[in-house]
Parts: sequence; C-alpha cells; structure tokens
Amino acid sequence: MINGPELVAALKQCGVSHAIWIPDTTLGAWEEALSGPEGLPLIRVCREGEAFGVAAGLILGGKKPVILIQCTGLFEAGDALRNVVHDMHLPIFMVVGVRSYLAYRDGATMDSCPVFTEPIMRAWQIPYVVLDERHTAADLAEAYVQIQAEKRAGAVLLAE
Amino acid sequence: MMTQWQALEVLARKRGGQVVITTMSAAGIWPKLSDSPLDFHYIPSAMGHATDVGLGLALAHPKRGVIVLNGDGCMLMNLGGLVTLAHQNANVVLIILDNGLYEVTGGQPTAGTGRVHFADLSRAAGIRRIFTFETLESWQAGVDEVLSDPGPAVVWLKVEGRLGQKTPQPPKLMRQQIERLQKALGIG
Repeated sequence: MINGPELVAALKQCGVSHAIWIPDTTLGAWEEALSGPEGLPLIRVCREGEAFGVAAGLILGGKKPVILIQCTGLFEAGDALRNVVHDMHLPIFMVVGVRSYLAYRDGATMDSCPVFTEPIMRAWQIPYVVLDERHTAADLAEAYVQIQAEKRAGAVLLAE
Repeated sequence: MMTQWQALEVLARKRGGQVVITTMSAAGIWPKLSDSPLDFHYIPSAMGHATDVGLGLALAHPKRGVIVLNGDGCMLMNLGGLVTLAHQNANVVLIILDNGLYEVTGGQPTAGTGRVHFADLSRAAGIRRIFTFETLESWQAGVDEVLSDPGPAVVWLKVEGRLGQKTPQPPKLMRQQIERLQKALGIG
C-alpha cells in the first residue's frame, strides 16, 4: 500500500498545491507526511462536500488541489461533486478510500460501501482507476497526470 | 430592518479589489449594482458551498481577499464551513443576508428562523471578527470597519424577506464567468 512520504513526494512532483481532506483509517496514516515540514498545505474540512467547494475555489484561483476522502463522505458530497464537475467543469482530482473493498472482493464483509462506490462514480460520470495493495504512489501520480492532461475530473479509488 | 438591495448598495459603494461571490438572492441583486470581472455569481451552485469556494479563492489569493454574499438558508446547510474558515484564518468576509426565508422557493421559513444566532455560531466556530447590523444606518456606519482589516470576518445582516422571487439567473454563463474572473486574477 502507498505510504505517506511516497504519496507526498509523488503529489509534489505532479505540482499539486494543496491537499484537502477528511481522513479515514487508511488515509489517516498519511497525516504525518502530509502535515510535516516536507508536506503540502493541508486543508482540514468538516464535511466532504466542503472539500469540493474549497477545491473549486483553489482551481479558480490557479492552484492544483487534490481531495482525499473516504467513500462514505463521497456519498454525502454528491451535490457538491455534481456542481463542481458538471456545472463548473473543473478538473477535480480525488483519492477516495473504499472501505472494505478487499474484504468484499473476498466475500468476507457485509459492508455495503464497496457495493455502491463504483456505480456511484459511473453515475456521476467520473472516470476512475482502482489501486490496491499491489500499486504504488507512481501509479497514483500517473492517474493524476493523465487527468490533468485531459483537463477533466477523475478519481483514484483506493482499495481498503 | 433594511432591504437586501439597500444592504448590497452600501457594500457596492465600499467594495475594493476583493473578489465578490454571490449566491441565491444576492445573485439576483448584485449584478444590478456591480459588473466587475472580480464578481463571481455562483449559479448554478451546490447550495451552501459559496463559503467554501470563497475560502479556496482566498487561500489562492490571500492579499486580494474574498467577500462572500450568503443567505441564511445557505449558511445553515454548511455550518461546518464556519469552523473550516476559522481554522484556515483565510481572508474571507462572509456576509450572511438573513431574511429568515428560503426566498427563491416561495418564502418558506428555515429550520431556525427567529432563533438561530449567527454571531454566536460564528464565535463558537472560532471566528474573531464578527459584526451584526440590524438597521441600514448601523450598516452604513460600520461597513468601513468591516472592510478595514482582512478576514476571516462574519457579518450578520438582518434583512427583509421578499415573497414571489424566482431563482436568479447569472448575467453570464459559468464558463464565461470563470474565464473573466481568471483573466482578472492573472491566471491562464
């Protein structure tokens, strides 16, 4: 799985200016690297919908933020996502932790998060890639670069 | 109590080089008072998120600063945004135009009409510069002080509600607004 220092290094290499987040158990392991002296300006929001609005303002202002949230927050933030992606047409990049994805793949969970995350991404017309324990920060950076090159919104779903 | 038009007229006379973000009722009035490339009418919007858009812009351009014209209904949908704004200590003047109504949907009361104290909420969220104006005269007298220092600041303006209003339409398409704003900010 991607660790914090590797994530930060990859995002900085991509030119990411800010990280906007609400951590989950997996993303939370990145806290030290993100908020440390070699980290990124870290914007802690109270609810995931806020993250999309703040990211929109940063992009309007010429910055390159990334949103880091869990799928539960993505479900809550649907209208904000819709507005920023489909009304404002801004190239939002988000990393979404998918709770229980790995256990669901093995038939070992009753958690409904993995059932709905990918269908919701398709419903909101957000292109995405799924990264699991085999992937590295370089794979995440590659997804970011591709999305930026195509000037569209996109997501990395992080299998948890 | 003052009308929204009167309240915004006072601001339009005093506004400097800040970006002004409007939403809902204010977006129907502000274009009749101002046509600056630094005006951004957040329509179509995700209700409640104008404060967040303003925060992002202010973090990108801290010296310029941002004024957000929000309604009380919008504010109630995103009270956590007050906490985030205070935590970021960003140069945002958040003006809450409180008419106690969802004006553009026919004038229904909000959940907190007459009971919610936006100044106390802001203080509890960590905002330090907080202003409350209930009359046109007090707003006229206080606007210079509001704008004299950088944000974060919250201004709670008690304004008259209006019935029979429709959802305002922006004077320009979103794409045109973004292009105009970014050009004014020297982007792209």
